[in-house]
Amino acid sequence: MFRVVKAEQLAEKIFQIWVEAPHVARNARAGQFLVLRIHEQGERIPLTVSAVEEDCVRIIFMAVGKTTLELSTLKAGDSIRDVAGPLGKPSEIGKSGTCIVVGGGAGIASCPIIARAARAAGNRVIGIIGARNADFLILENEMRESCHELHIATDDGSRGFHGFAADVLKKVIAGKKIACVWIIGPAIMMKVTSKVTRERKIRTYVSLNPIMVDGTGMCGSCRVVVGGETKFACVDGPEFDAHEVDFDLLMQRQRVYFDEEKAAVERYHEHSCQCGTGGHHG
Amino acid sequence: MGERPAAERLHDFQEVDGGLSPEEAVAEAGRCLQCKKPTCVRGCPVEIDIPAFIARIAEGDISGAARIIMENNLLPAICGRVCPQEIQCEGQCILGVKETPLRIGDLERFVADHERIQGPVIPLIAEPTGKRVVVVGSGPAGLTAAAELARLGHAVTVFESLHEPGGVLVYGIPAFRLPKEVVRAEIDQLRAMGVEIRTNHLAGTSVPVSDLLSYDAVFIGTGAGLPFFMKIPGEQLNGVYSANEFLTRVNLMHAELFPEYDTPMRHAGRVVVVGGGNVAMDAARVARRLGSRVTLVYRRREEDLPARRAEVIRAKEEGVEFVLCANPIRILGDPFVTGVECVRTEICDPDDTGRPEPAPVEGSNFVIDADMCIQAIGQGPNPLLIRKLEGIRYGRKGNIMVDEEGSTNLDRVFAAGDVATGAATVILAMGGAKKAARAIDRMLRGSNR
Ligand SMILES: Cc1cc2nc3c(=O)[nH]c(=O)nc-3n(C[C@H](O)[C@H](O)[C@H](O)COP(=O)(O)OP(=O)(O)OC[C@H]3O[C@@H](n4cnc5c(N)ncnc54)[C@H](O)[C@@H]3O)c2cc1C
Ligand SMILES: Cc1cc2nc3c(=O)[nH]c(=O)nc-3n(C[C@H](O)[C@H](O)[C@H](O)COP(=O)(O)OP(=O)(O)OC[C@H]3O[C@@H](n4cnc5c(N)ncnc54)[C@H](O)[C@@H]3O)c2cc1C
Ligand code: SF4
Ligand code: SF4
Ligand code: FES
Repeated sequence: MFRVVKAEQLAEKIFQIWVEAPHVARNARAGQFLVLRIHEQGERIPLTVSAVEEDCVRIIFMAVGKTTLELSTLKAGDSIRDVAGPLGKPSEIGKSGTCIVVGGGAGIASCPIIARAARAAGNRVIGIIGARNADFLILENEMRESCHELHIATDDGSRGFHGFAADVLKKVIAGKKIACVWIIGPAIMMKVTSKVTRERKIRTYVSLNPIMVDGTGMCGSCRVVVGGETKFACVDGPEFDAHEVDFDLLMQRQRVYFDEEKAAVERYHEHSCQCGTGGHHG
Repeated sequence: MGERPAAERLHDFQEVDGGLSPEEAVAEAGRCLQCKKPTCVRGCPVEIDIPAFIARIAEGDISGAARIIMENNLLPAICGRVCPQEIQCEGQCILGVKETPLRIGDLERFVADHERIQGPVIPLIAEPTGKRVVVVGSGPAGLTAAAELARLGHAVTVFESLHEPGGVLVYGIPAFRLPKEVVRAEIDQLRAMGVEIRTNHLAGTSVPVSDLLSYDAVFIGTGAGLPFFMKIPGEQLNGVYSANEFLTRVNLMHAELFPEYDTPMRHAGRVVVVGGGNVAMDAARVARRLGSRVTLVYRRREEDLPARRAEVIRAKEEGVEFVLCANPIRILGDPFVTGVECVRTEICDPDDTGRPEPAPVEGSNFVIDADMCIQAIGQGPNPLLIRKLEGIRYGRKGNIMVDEEGSTNLDRVFAAGDVATGAATVILAMGGAKKAARAIDRMLRGSNR
């Protein structure tokens, strides 16, 4: 059992939880993730380690399906049955010059920890965060503190630049020498945004989010194709060279359980309306 | 008792084989010739004194039989169920020359089940030695090493990356072959012996290598859990699974009970399973229980199927169709699987393992309609921890190199089970772990003086 120390809503559909998990907190580095299971009947889901403080780790997630909806109902003092990690390879951070960290939507969750690590390694760090509108934007202050320079974009212009993070990125890199770029967000956003750095051949990392089960290299559920080769995102990644990733395949494989996921959410809502227990009994 | 009819067992995950009744067990034990030079013992990798325990059953002294078995085998309820007896103990039984061999596995299981119902027996534990040993992995190898080391008086901590201990026994082998209570009872017993089991801990990351090496000895039993894929076109389509994923979703995560349990599994009308080992049989039989029509494709002949004979027969009874001497060359679909294109194979000269080598027959292509393709073509050691153990010697396939006693080239680091041998059997993993535990004990006592 792992104790929830703090839980709150950050933005529309986006929540954060601090959970006490010393084995993860003491060993996690930027770019790694954990796998959690809320209770005995729960599914194992992967979430990025978005910050660490002493024996606690922070996760930030968007409530999109059964498990993340249920997670969003947890309060301080509740507990999570299983937390395993840290998993995956840490971000490759060296001293290389100017780095850019681009986050989209819930993907912004992964950005400050990378920005801080890149800055600590002696790089100049530029942050770009984007969301559908101002209500979906998270971690603005934290990113401002972690980066030397921060840009904001919203699709509807309700905050910062009116447009996509990709448009901002295009402007930021123009005429500048950029060592490397991280782009983290929904698959479609990573696909589109990483095109911006392709021509300039700027080293660009994306953090892939395929469906996982164990997260330790045992099941092969998370396989992705990078540079024409099959890789297991949980052990070979989750960060890969953006310009080699087959994003269409990633998006295709994310939809394997579309029907089942929809049914699960409907059932969850029905249950939580009827009895207010959050859909889980026992 | 005995086996439940196929039509009934297809509707649940309860054990297929009910085992022997006390009367049947005593009668079966009576068939043993009590050979002076028992060939059966030579067939058992851990050399259980088979005639001796059988004699106790015949006398009705079941606890006495259990004591004899436990001298060499700490997990008899498991081995009695899953050992490939036909090529081990029973394959060597002299009775097999003229009639059917003695049902040694069933008798072993009978004894173990009988004892389990009586409640756990905590073995005598030696005086604490003050030495701390870390065991990585909680499959048969890790469980055996932990039990043996605890019994010898060492303080044992087990790290397991999954949320439940047991390794393949819980995530791979389905409950209808090995009920989960059986595995849980073994694990409860370990805990009662004072072994600390820490789940959700991935050695090498949750527990850094330097922490592992701070123990007085390290035992690695991380198994062979990395699934191989065939590397044929179409493998990324939705509906292509490794057997590991398919079995884990059901056995460990209970996808068969979705949506009561949260882990989903797609319903597939037709499933093609590729492979001919125990893993393939298990995947095929699980898929039948999920309501699919199942075709198993294997590139060699029936007599070459490496699975336990009993499971092949049960798979057939349960309606799994076998397409032998055929091999998939492509998976069709967009983006969901619609079929598996295969080619017929012809048996040629034996390969270097001595098994006949199949070769494709040109122009013999055919398609099997399917919504799901499960690949059960083998697995190798997970490299996560091995890569982090600087300087450890491992073979071409990534398995850790050990001597006969399970010792690696690194000081105080031992390994056994599938991580050392490549995918093998429960009893071999246990046998290797026991030898390694004894070697660890000798080393720790040696350094005491
Ligand atoms: C390494 C890794 C790190 C991750 N880190 C985070 C994180 O920090 N914060 C976070 O919010 N999410 C993260 N994810 C995604 C997260 O795991 C999924 O959102 C979660 O599993 C959804 O579970 P669910 O049961 O709530 O929804 P499901 O029922 O599984 O899905 C509901 C719907 O959400 C969408 N969806 C499902 N999975 C994903 C996905 N992987 N990416 C995008 N959309 C998806 C699908 O359209 C689906 O229909 C990460 C994924 C990986 C692989
Ligand atoms: C589906 C299936 C059916 C089978 N049927 C039979 C059968 O009928 N008869 C038979 O004799 N054999 C059978 N086998 C083979 C048998 O199960 C294996 O040979 C045996 O389990 C090997 O034991 P092990 O302890 O070496 O490894 P495993 O059982 O694989 O256990 C290894 C454990 O280590 C954990 N682990 C891995 N890496 C780490 C790490 N870094 N940190 C912490 N934990 C880690 C894993 O999660 C796992 O729990 C079958 C195998 C499968 C997959
Ligand atoms: S352990 Fe396996 S091989 Fe040995 S006697 Fe028992 S069933 Fe036979
Ligand atoms: S070989 Fe067969 S008959 Fe002889 S002792 Fe062994 S089990 Fe009994
Ligand atoms: S999630 Fe199972 S191998 Fe990556």
